[in-house]
Amino acid sequence: MLTKRIIPCLDVKDGRVVKGVSFVNLRDAGDPVEVAKIYDEGGGDELCFLDITASHEKRGTLLDVVSRTAEQVFMPLTVGGGITTLEDIRRLLNAGADKVSINTAAVQDPGFVSAASNRFGTQCIVVAIDAKRVGPMLSTGGKPRWEIYTHGGRKPAGIDAVQWAEQMEANGAGEILLTSMDQDGTRHGYDLELTAAVSEAVSIPVIASGGAGTLDHLYDALAVGKADAVLAASIFHYQTHSISETKTYLHQRGLPIRLVKN
Amino acid sequence: MIAIIDYEMGNLRSVQKAFEAVGHSAVVTRDPKVIDRASRVVLPGVGAFGDCMANLNRFGLVEPICQSIARGKPFLGICLGLQVLFTESEEFGVHQGLNILGGKVKKFPCPSQQSASLKIPHMGWNTIHIKTPTPLLQGIQSDTHVYFVHSYYVEPSDPTVVCTETRYGISFVSSVWRDNIFAAQFHPEKSQRVGLQILRNFGVWH
Repeated sequence: MLTKRIIPCLDVKDGRVVKGVSFVNLRDAGDPVEVAKIYDEGGGDELCFLDITASHEKRGTLLDVVSRTAEQVFMPLTVGGGITTLEDIRRLLNAGADKVSINTAAVQDPGFVSAASNRFGTQCIVVAIDAKRVGPMLSTGGKPRWEIYTHGGRKPAGIDAVQWAEQMEANGAGEILLTSMDQDGTRHGYDLELTAAVSEAVSIPVIASGGAGTLDHLYDALAVGKADAVLAASIFHYQTHSISETKTYLHQRGLPIRLVKN
Repeated sequence: MIAIIDYEMGNLRSVQKAFEAVGHSAVVTRDPKVIDRASRVVLPGVGAFGDCMANLNRFGLVEPICQSIARGKPFLGICLGLQVLFTESEEFGVHQGLNILGGKVKKFPCPSQQSASLKIPHMGWNTIHIKTPTPLLQGIQSDTHVYFVHSYYVEPSDPTVVCTETRYGISFVSSVWRDNIFAAQFHPEKSQRVGLQILRNFGVWH
């Protein structure tokens, strides 16, 4: 049976991990490779690097990080942030990334997603959607709506999030990485209505992101939100919960989960 | 020396690095002479079947691959490198494969035709059920998890080549073994410890 994926995510700036990671057994918690190895040993199902490097000139450092990670970690690696050209994608894949995540560039030119998936295959093109709620809660009897934002959540694009996910699937996206901007960073749980709405609208896998604070939140995103995978950052970085503890818990609650024996 | 065939489809570096991690040196090449001299040959690949065959033809790689297999060299196909061994694929129209193994490459039923709505591509960790033990799976238990990402699967005409099966709505063939050929639908290079064990086994397989 296909298992639900648990994906730790690292924010990387100028080749270093930012948004603190606290592991007792790390020589250098700022080194993405060191952190990647911990997640690998714990049984992470995939790994995600989000590049938040501001200047274009320093982007080369990411290629080095990807390359050093691919040398030591043998699980799928997704890299996102600032990808705007086919050449950007080619360089990342050659360095050892398996998938790239595209956000702003997809909104500016939806044809870019088609071109990228034609060239590299749908399996390596992840479209990231940052969505913000603009309608009422379903629980209040209203019909919820969400709109997408670009440029790291700063610019509203005025596009309906569910329709956008459908269009991106049609354009050749292999997967959707869905972040709730309302929930992101709150640790109050994923936006389950958003996750379920997108997951039901598309036939490609959906990764839920934004808001994980407890193990129950992860369970809800997978069971109620019907996500195929969950992405989380701080819950793992501060060792609030280890990956293996997380997976054991979700497994005990009856979800299909890959357990790794160490 | 292991030759990893480069035909501009997929992340070849990760296959090379995985072999290096288990102590087998490997080169990424499309030079027929290097392939000819290699003791083992690996055909990886992700992407579309038609593009794959077009590139193999364009780079003159069909002959070197077929010769390596005919001469009995250990051969490992990964993902698309499994699929192109077969007769034909229905991906974006009918495309002819290498026809080294008889059979077809078919698409998973689309979500609306299934009872449980399964996402396509089949992406993530799923189990392999061992039907025929092979030296390549030595040290690996049946029903262990490996990493998959694909929308098509192979249907061999000769059931004796089936090595492992996997369930995703339907039961499909997740690896095949015949003589010196082992080919997997999953990605050993992305399957952590289990995958590395398969690559380690391949490096010493006779």
